[in-house]
Amino acid sequence: MAEAPGLIEARELTKRFGDTVAVDHLSFSVEPGRVTGFLGPNGAGKSTTMRLICGLDRPQSGTATIGGLTYDQLPRPLHSVGALLESRALHPGRSARNHLLFLAETQGFPARRVDEVLELVGLTAVARKRVGGFSLGMTQRLGIAAAMLGDPFVLLLDEPVNGLDPEGIRWVRNLMRQLATEGRTVFVSSHLMNEMAVTADHLIVIGRGRLIAESSTDDFIKRASERSVLVRTPQADRLAELITAAGGVSAPEAAGAPGNGGGGATGTPGLIVTGLEAPRIGELAASASVVLYELTPRLASLEEAFMELTADSVEYGDQVSRAARGAEPAPQPAERSVR
Amino acid sequence: MTTAPAPAVPVLTTTAGPPALGFGGLLRAEWTKIRSVRSTLWSLFAFVVVAIGFSVLIAAVISHDWNAPGNHPNHVRLLTDPTAVIYGAGFGLGQLAICVLGVMVITTEYTTGAIRASLLAVPKRIPMLAAKAVVWVVLDLVVSAITVFAVFFLSTSILRSHVDVTLGQPGVLRATLGGILYLVVLGLFALAIGGLIRHTAAAILIVLGVVIVVPPLVSLIPGTIANHVHGYLPTIAGQLVAQTTQQPGDVLSPWQGFGVFCAWTAVLLVACGWLLVRRDA
Repeated sequence: MAEAPGLIEARELTKRFGDTVAVDHLSFSVEPGRVTGFLGPNGAGKSTTMRLICGLDRPQSGTATIGGLTYDQLPRPLHSVGALLESRALHPGRSARNHLLFLAETQGFPARRVDEVLELVGLTAVARKRVGGFSLGMTQRLGIAAAMLGDPFVLLLDEPVNGLDPEGIRWVRNLMRQLATEGRTVFVSSHLMNEMAVTADHLIVIGRGRLIAESSTDDFIKRASERSVLVRTPQADRLAELITAAGGVSAPEAAGAPGNGGGGATGTPGLIVTGLEAPRIGELAASASVVLYELTPRLASLEEAFMELTADSVEYGDQVSRAARGAEPAPQPAERSVR
Repeated sequence: MTTAPAPAVPVLTTTAGPPALGFGGLLRAEWTKIRSVRSTLWSLFAFVVVAIGFSVLIAAVISHDWNAPGNHPNHVRLLTDPTAVIYGAGFGLGQLAICVLGVMVITTEYTTGAIRASLLAVPKRIPMLAAKAVVWVVLDLVVSAITVFAVFFLSTSILRSHVDVTLGQPGVLRATLGGILYLVVLGLFALAIGGLIRHTAAAILIVLGVVIVVPPLVSLIPGTIANHVHGYLPTIAGQLVAQTTQQPGDVLSPWQGFGVFCAWTAVLLVACGWLLVRRDA
């Protein structure tokens, strides 16, 4: 049974540079027909993973395949995979057209195809200009043109909106959405959660080269943006009973949560309540004469959820913030207050 | 929300070509690469101008000072080994441009990052190196042949009033064609070192060191072992084929020397290919 040509599969992928483990037994699959976001803080191993998929770097162990084939087994690679990698891959002295022309010639594509993709990305007017004089945004567009050259069914885009203006960002977003709608595999990396939230259907989150989460973007958002209320009362047991009776869920506040010392100014432990709104909790407490010291509605943002998820794996985080984040074991996205 | 015009991706219509990458396409691609950067044009321009300019200058000076006292050694050399006089100075200097371009043909791909685009298109890597070597050899061959013959006919016409050197004389045609072959293999030698080192400046330093610094230093060491080491150095061995006659102290015949130079180059090219496949790009 042949695999779908657009299915990307990573199996136990491992890449070390000297003593540094860039990618650590990473396994995931990327399905055709949707935009899959590849999310992680800087240094998490996103670019290295993409380079491993494209065969630019050799893994120490594990495999990465596209439709069951390793990249170097693809009969005409640019017709199968279009890749935009984060680092520049251009001779600055060569014109945009000649850069695309030599790529097209390797695959046996007609020169006309070069003009088509230049038109697609809006670089026709500067086709014969040397790319050394291009802005970051123009270079990025040329990279997208190179990726689209072979009309591939898999697109690997490493931080494609870097350096683009808002119009360019929207253009890339729409392009990615459209390509996915056409049934192609779109695998796009970013370190910006909010960017992924509006683009990706599915998310693969990594940190320090390891898989942290793999879920649909909708699930991720639902989990991340769950409302909760922080309640502080000296009669926590009594209030917990009332909340349960009213259909809510309460849990003790995580010990040592940053910013409140675990017990707030009063030294009273808090309850995290979900499933009930703050006014309802207040009414419940009043009806049972339970004293409240604090009643704070909380809403976690996506960015915050992402920070929580990857807190332990930030490669270059400063010592202080890492220590503060690290103090909280296995944090749940919804448990962190915002503003 | 977003009603921006959806970009229409034109469908690639011509995909009915061969199922895998063809070597002809790779050759065309390498030709596009080499002709589309200015360093190629400038290096070849420098080679032609320096080689022809110096050769003609030397011939003119010898011709002008023919009867001056002290010019006797040049007369002897022109009779026993005319090509050494005709090609010596101009190509001794001009060959450095071939070294520089040979290195840059591959190192600029690494220093600019273009190698990643190249290897995404040709992930098996060795065919890319082979196509690059073929295109560079053909370009080197054509430019060297034109330059060597231009130097030969210009210099011999300048010297004709004093000494007649023709391609029909023993060894002269072999030395002339040998000079072209030497420049072609030198280009490959530089390309192989460029592919091994991957940094332009470092690779050029190493090639120039091997070509112009090491031989005179080794020749300073007394003894027959050092003499043999000197004789087997890549360019010392390789230049023998561009001499009309054997000189005292040559440890190899012209074609043996050329074979030694080819062997050096082949070993370096194999190492270059071996590392190209194994190293991260």
